[in-house]
Amino acid sequence: MQKVWMKFFFIWLEKQKELNSMKQFYHFIVKEFYHIFRDRKTLFILLGMPMVQIIIFGFALTNEVKNTRIVIVNQSTSATAMKLVEKIESSAYFELYSQTKDPSIIDQLFKKGTVKVALIIPHDFAPALIAQNKGQLQIITDATDPNVATALTNYLSVIIQDFQKELNPNNIIPYKMEVDTRMMYNPQLKGAYNFVPGVMAMVLLLVCTMMTALTVVKEKELGNMEILLTSPINPIKIILAKAVPYLLLSIINITTILLLSYFVLDVPINGSLVLLYAESALFIMVSLGLGLLISAGTDSQQSAMFISLIVMFLPTVMFSGFIFPIENMPLPLRIVSNIIPAKWFFIIVKSVMIKGVGIQLVWKETLILFMMMIFFFTMAIKKFKIRLA
Amino acid sequence: MVKLNSSDIAIKVTAVNKSYIVGKKKTPALENINLTIQAGTLFGLIGPDGSGKTSLFRILTSLLLPDSGEIWVDGLNVITEYKKLRKRIGYMPGKFSLYTDLTIKENLDFFASLFGTSFEENYDLIKDLYVQIEPFKDRRAGQLSGGMKQKLALCCALIHRPTILFLDEPTTGVDAVSRKEFWEILQSLKKEGITILVSTPYMDEATLCDQVALIQEGKILDVDTPAQMVNKFTNPIYAIKGANMLQLLRELEKDPSVERIYPFGEHHHLVMKEKDVLPVLPLSVTINKIKPNIEDLFIHLMQHHE
Repeated sequence: MQKVWMKFFFIWLEKQKELNSMKQFYHFIVKEFYHIFRDRKTLFILLGMPMVQIIIFGFALTNEVKNTRIVIVNQSTSATAMKLVEKIESSAYFELYSQTKDPSIIDQLFKKGTVKVALIIPHDFAPALIAQNKGQLQIITDATDPNVATALTNYLSVIIQDFQKELNPNNIIPYKMEVDTRMMYNPQLKGAYNFVPGVMAMVLLLVCTMMTALTVVKEKELGNMEILLTSPINPIKIILAKAVPYLLLSIINITTILLLSYFVLDVPINGSLVLLYAESALFIMVSLGLGLLISAGTDSQQSAMFISLIVMFLPTVMFSGFIFPIENMPLPLRIVSNIIPAKWFFIIVKSVMIKGVGIQLVWKETLILFMMMIFFFTMAIKKFKIRLA
Repeated sequence: MVKLNSSDIAIKVTAVNKSYIVGKKKTPALENINLTIQAGTLFGLIGPDGSGKTSLFRILTSLLLPDSGEIWVDGLNVITEYKKLRKRIGYMPGKFSLYTDLTIKENLDFFASLFGTSFEENYDLIKDLYVQIEPFKDRRAGQLSGGMKQKLALCCALIHRPTILFLDEPTTGVDAVSRKEFWEILQSLKKEGITILVSTPYMDEATLCDQVALIQEGKILDVDTPAQMVNKFTNPIYAIKGANMLQLLRELEKDPSVERIYPFGEHHHLVMKEKDVLPVLPLSVTINKIKPNIEDLFIHLMQHHE
């Protein structure tokens, strides 16, 4: 009888221990939230940053041609030339800056930077077109930014080709090949389809990696670690408790980004929202693990910040495929890009969000991220110093 | 290696050495430290800045590993049994190490939960201390005065009812009244059965301890009760005061019968080599024979040491 009682007592005691241990963990998380909420400026930046980035990338930093100023040097007085000018003017892509007869103005305006593209319609344009079947036009662009120059030339060429068809609708050329181009998943070639996943990767990395790296190092720098280390708390708990608040904060950030891109930038969410969140949570965990690993290896907030920015942030921007396509990189850099977690996340988000695919097509990338998460957390816990020096 | 079970010894330190690498040079911080501290005593570690007090504290609290030597705290080996040890000790670092963006109450609750206990559970132990800071319990720790910060830090170190309390320079930067209060609190904690190891650069606080160890440049000069310690000072000592104190100091330094002379508050303390011999003094100078205090002894030991 007594033995049974003893057994119950021990079970109860174990339960109490577990409860206490949960309480310890819970209080640690609460404390982390206090730190975050009381540092209003940082919190404001953390929550405001995704909005600002989406807006900046959505409206300012874009390669899309929209209302670009154009100069037309129109030396022809023909009706055809006038119609062409009207056609260009009425398109959404170009805005007629001025129309002159003097080609020397082009150089002036290019140098000033007010105009980046010019079209020259020579005086014999109409006669040559009709008599010789060969009307000549010239497009001049400011190619200091080659991407913009190429884009402008393409847009303008398309308009001119369109115009040609309109001019001669019944033109039957023998052996005519008609190319019907379809831009899959993004028929309007919107930049937002590419940068929304990119901004998601960047914001999550910035918030999770840098902030968590800073939060542990701060405890070291301010001496709090000295007391934490003389207490019985398990390092694993310190590490996990530090990660939880930033996980929640990052989920808020993802929601902001998705809402803004859906309602403001008209980016569709074609795949499963649940999968998108789950993949994001996985990437957040990877970033948190990385941040905690950085913090375990550094002793000052400065070096933690430096490492997160230089060693993590820059490669992420460069090698994730968000700004520079990885396919065009030389082999060594393509190999390097494989160790950048953001690259895999970028692929996953693009696939799920834009192409609308399911887990069966992104399981490989998911698995890679999962392995990275395990690796970073194990390393962070292993490297966490149980003593001061 | 004999496991230390004897319950009346709280801390036993044997042949501990510790050095730091500064630049590329090895700088010794602690050299051959031997200490035995009885359970339930208030033990003072007295020494100037940079004498190795903090290093010793960190080794005793398992925060640092010694280069060599053996340390038992509360019957536990500090190096191998640090996990068990960390449940039992209370440590208050020299630098204020609580969370400045948390309020008094939040800090207390946090540190209580860290040790698996609650504020209410051990309230009776910290009650006397807590009532003094309670009016400010919703104020953030960063906005407290120096004395209140120390009281809060002590509360946090006590919240889990440790068996041994380590206080690293708890009264540095605290006003005279708060210092006095602080020592009164330590006396009452001692009555609760807690062994207290406290370090201080202030010699006057030495007399408030049961036992003191004088530490200088990483070496322990002497360990004894404060009363016994001053008895070791055998040279005759006088307090002198005159119109031109600086000149007096310079002239007496040259006197061969003088062991040493040094400024001490308003007076100079004059230590003679032999009894009943007095130097020639100007008429205006007053001279009184005094009892040596711990600081006189410390200066004495320091110079012998060199």
